Amino acid sequence: MTNLLTIEGLTKAYPGVVANDNVSFSVREGEVHALLGENGAGKSTLVKMIYGLVKPDSGRMTLRDAAHEPTEPRAARAAGVGMVFQHFSLFEALNVAENVALGMENPPPQRQLAARIREVSENYGLPLDPFRVVGDLSAGERQRVEIIRCLLQDPRLLIMDEPTSVLTPQEVKILFETLRRLAAEGTAILYISHKLEEIRALCDGATILRQGKVIDSCDPREKSAAELAEMMVGSTLHSPNRSATEPGEIVLDVSGLSLKPATPFGKTLKNVHLTVRAGEVLGIGGVAGNGQDELLAALSGEVLAEANAIRLHNRPIGQLGPNARRRLAMLSAPEERLGHAAAPDMSLTENALLTGAIRENLVANGFLRWPAARAFAERIIKGFDVRTPGPENAARSLSGGNLQKFVIGREVLQRPEVLVVNQPTWGVDASAAAAIRQALLDLASEGTAVIVISQDLDELMEVSDRFAALNEGRLSAPRAACDLTMEEIGLMMGGAHDMEVAHVAE
Amino acid sequence: MIRMDLRPTPSRFWTSASPIMAVVLTMIAGGVLFALLGKDPLVAIRTIFWDPLFGEFAFYYRPQLLVKGAPLILIAIGLSLGFRAGIWNIGAEGQYIVGAISGAAVGLAFYPLDSFIVFPLMVLAGALGGMAWAMVPALLKVRFGTNEILVSLMLVYVAENLLAAMALGPLKNPDGMGFPGSRNLSQYDSADSWIVESAGLHWGVVAAVVAVICAWVLLNRHMLGFQIRLTGQSPRAARFAGVRPNALVLFCLGTSGALAGLAGLFEVAGPSGQISIDFNSGYGFTAIIVAFLGRLHPLGILLGGLLMALTYIGGEIAQSQMALPAAAIQAFQGMLLFFLLGVDVLTNYRVRFGKTEVA
Repeated sequence: MTNLLTIEGLTKAYPGVVANDNVSFSVREGEVHALLGENGAGKSTLVKMIYGLVKPDSGRMTLRDAAHEPTEPRAARAAGVGMVFQHFSLFEALNVAENVALGMENPPPQRQLAARIREVSENYGLPLDPFRVVGDLSAGERQRVEIIRCLLQDPRLLIMDEPTSVLTPQEVKILFETLRRLAAEGTAILYISHKLEEIRALCDGATILRQGKVIDSCDPREKSAAELAEMMVGSTLHSPNRSATEPGEIVLDVSGLSLKPATPFGKTLKNVHLTVRAGEVLGIGGVAGNGQDELLAALSGEVLAEANAIRLHNRPIGQLGPNARRRLAMLSAPEERLGHAAAPDMSLTENALLTGAIRENLVANGFLRWPAARAFAERIIKGFDVRTPGPENAARSLSGGNLQKFVIGREVLQRPEVLVVNQPTWGVDASAAAAIRQALLDLASEGTAVIVISQDLDELMEVSDRFAALNEGRLSAPRAACDLTMEEIGLMMGGAHDMEVAHVAE
Repeated sequence: MIRMDLRPTPSRFWTSASPIMAVVLTMIAGGVLFALLGKDPLVAIRTIFWDPLFGEFAFYYRPQLLVKGAPLILIAIGLSLGFRAGIWNIGAEGQYIVGAISGAAVGLAFYPLDSFIVFPLMVLAGALGGMAWAMVPALLKVRFGTNEILVSLMLVYVAENLLAAMALGPLKNPDGMGFPGSRNLSQYDSADSWIVESAGLHWGVVAAVVAVICAWVLLNRHMLGFQIRLTGQSPRAARFAGVRPNALVLFCLGTSGALAGLAGLFEVAGPSGQISIDFNSGYGFTAIIVAFLGRLHPLGILLGGLLMALTYIGGEIAQSQMALPAAAIQAFQGMLLFFLLGVDVLTNYRVRFGKTEVA
């Protein structure tokens, strides 16, 4: 087959960092090509240049024998490049057809467009009702809206940025079938991911990026996941290890926790039951937006529940606020680092004070003990290898991984009896992620009850003793993690949202 | 083309240099304005900034600086606490009026009793009056989620009519031969807020200095101040840190109301002397500018209040001596805030000149 897209010597530098350094590779027509690399390896910058969002400093791109120099996404789309972003750009209050129309140059009348959406979506096994309001759709269905929006333009090259991070295993399977069918029709797919098994299952070729440079290229089907990981990280990774300990008594007991959401598109928690024992890690999986944020808020005390719905050492704490719970050694770390777990414009010292004030004794008679707060911040920075010139730097100046280490370290160092974390390694590079998981396991082995809420199933399988899944605000009954298969996990997560039907019908 | 890059941390240099640069830019732009009006720009700038401090009649104008600056600073300090937390009290003018009415009413009720207790009771009444007026938007916001900007602003007009009613009714001077307005409190020794009248020193000046110090300690050394700053920067992180937003609304609006009420009381018991229909002169609104001029920092507000007082006094001199229209002076004061907010960008962004890029 002929080359569809050829990239030669592409370079893009930002102040202080070269995002792409002399990158060259090519994608053939009908090929599913993987871009593999850690966070910050330059994958996103590269595809943004192909999609016309970023202009390269130097280098050449050729698309079907013609120079490809898009100055804006519109030009890239006209040249036949479509892109599905990791974060969706959809209006929740509008319906599917309206959202699709908003992205078009000359949208046809609603009725015609709706018919087109039905036709394309059924052709590719992605059934979608054009008149449903996006706010009511699951993450997987929202992604279908984005994919169909691209497919309506008949792209020659479809770029997908981490498409599976919001999908259940079943939904991933369906997505892969769709992508294979597209490829068979001659559409090339540029697939960005750091999930190695997926890439081995789906892609015909792979280009591996590390620190902005092309390190290698290979046929991923001929490599093992470990080999790919080594190429990606540049060294062997240590998977976290844990000392086997007998779980102790029940520390946290949540029973019949039901909560109405604070925002119109939030999720209602419905009759959630869970217990965690001392020294145990309970993993909670589920597709994003199924009640994870709400569960964390209920456990952290930001949202109050019925007193008896949450019991700590058999003491009702549902009505206690965050600081009262901290006093009782129940700590938490929310998903959103900037603006929730930490204040972006405040220094690390101030951010250490943010949750550490009570347990670390950083306040005396209402007055702040700055030297003590600073010392606490320094202890976190040292103990968790946070890369920063010092505690006086603003939280937003840290990279995602470093700030996450700080946020987790801040709670771990306060000797919690219960620690609840949401997405502890989201957007964090592999080595930092390993360090964070190890810290959580060490904490558990010292007798802390740990709840890890995450959308990364590999992570949950690595750290959890027991596993439960959130689906539509309901929590499945927890099961021992060691004897669960991916199939079973997928079913716990709520299956594939009626997608099977369409495939049987094809 | 010009490009702006977000700085990783706010620039320390520009944090302190930008107000100075704003003043310089105001002088230049103001000079152009005055020149277009046919006046000598250098003389006009000198009249506004130099004469009140070092001119021939400085001995008269310097005390005025304290008289005008004190209420601005006192009110702006209170407002800055709320502004930092994202709680917008726009109705300080109304709280100023109600504080003055309450304090004056207590003083007038004791007239002509000669006792040291009268003035402290008036101070207390002034603070409580202002606080009560600010509690209306605070309680409505906490209970019903109303917008404090609208409620506090509308209450200014209620307060103005209350003032007129008081000046013409219950507080009218019984010996005033039917003229509107109360007895003159500055001539009632037990209720007089002057300390040294010739130096412009009254208890409001003392209160302003104390407020600056207390606000600095609160914001830099106390948990409550930390919570105020945190709430303004990231409300979600504040809730995570255990801040109760409603309590903060009550505290910030209550404090700013009390300080505005105090400013009104010190004014009515000293420089103004009496409750009259046109007692209020816009301090409550100007203090909003002062709070931002001082970038919501207590020491900045101290300087900003004095600078604002200077442009008022200088502006009046320029009006009377150079026949500059009052509107030109107001435009000049407006420029000061405009340039300050404009130059502020430099604190958080680095400006680059060069080719644009699609980003």
